[in-house]
Amino acid sequence: MKTINYLSLVAVGLLLIYASLGLPYRGDSDALVNQDTSLIGTPVASSYYIQNAYKDANTPNIVTAILCDYRGFDTLGEEVVIFTAGIVCFLLLNRERKIEKKQR
Amino acid sequence: MKKSSDSPIILLLSRVISPYIMLFGLYVIFHGHYSPGGGFQGGTMLAASILLIRIAMEEKVYEMQFKKSFDIPLGALGVLIFFGVGLIAMLLGGNFLDHHFLPIDWLAPADVRFMGILFVEVGVGLAVMTILVAIYDNLLEDDDA
Amino acid sequence: MHWELELVLYVFLVIAALVSLYVKDLLTAVVSLSVFSYVLAMLFVSMGAIDVGFTEAVVGAGVTGVLFVVMIYKTSRRSND
Repeated sequence: MKTINYLSLVAVGLLLIYASLGLPYRGDSDALVNQDTSLIGTPVASSYYIQNAYKDANTPNIVTAILCDYRGFDTLGEEVVIFTAGIVCFLLLNRERKIEKKQR
Repeated sequence: MKKSSDSPIILLLSRVISPYIMLFGLYVIFHGHYSPGGGFQGGTMLAASILLIRIAMEEKVYEMQFKKSFDIPLGALGVLIFFGVGLIAMLLGGNFLDHHFLPIDWLAPADVRFMGILFVEVGVGLAVMTILVAIYDNLLEDDDA
Repeated sequence: MHWELELVLYVFLVIAALVSLYVKDLLTAVVSLSVFSYVLAMLFVSMGAIDVGFTEAVVGAGVTGVLFVVMIYKTSRRSND
């Protein structure tokens, strides 16, 4: 059983390495995501951001402009997730402590 | 922790290092337009500087720095700042979170969006800082050894 | 580009991950996990994703380590399996 596990692990690893050979190189200007239009002729969002982020928001750091302006709703959801984690931690741990105190 | 640390090195170093971490966190939040960083990273660094004091000192000391009862309300305030910026833009005629429509008339339109990004980042930083401190405080509740 | 440096970082990444999986002492595992996060942050930076690397360094190597240490302080230090 153990040999089957290791063999399947090696097989999946080789498959991932083979799949990574088809990816474009980092910062390749010929890659599909860096083109102005996609394969079916619609405009691509990333080239719009690169060309217009400084003009629209006066922000040299494109990552900040995208995170807080163009995709602000996404960041709002992320923050609500963190807030929910804190609230759940607060509620669960405090409730346990109160039950323990009642039983004593 | 509840009891203060025994080692004078830890006490001195945590006192000396913590304000600098906090200053760098504020720099990361407010300089996020020009350099890598932003609300999330800066808020986490502010939380790290508070947690350093909380680990090294006793309870009486760190309650003076940042009260335990403040952390959940301030986190809610951070989320409300973010939500309120979006809601003001929506009430003044734009889409939700469209920073063009913020009521800052004396600035150019690009600068209005700049200020909107700044408000959003302050909200994110406040929420992340207080929530991380709240998780630490609730994990270390009173059944300490 | 600097593929030799990245190869060294990848080797350290795998070593840190294996150490944090197989070690018995949980405090060592937490420290090794922080080393893992830091090496991963350097790899992100070398790939050009500076914001992601910054987040990984601050969260993974800083605050997560603190929370794990608090949990070890509240429970036991030895691993059972």
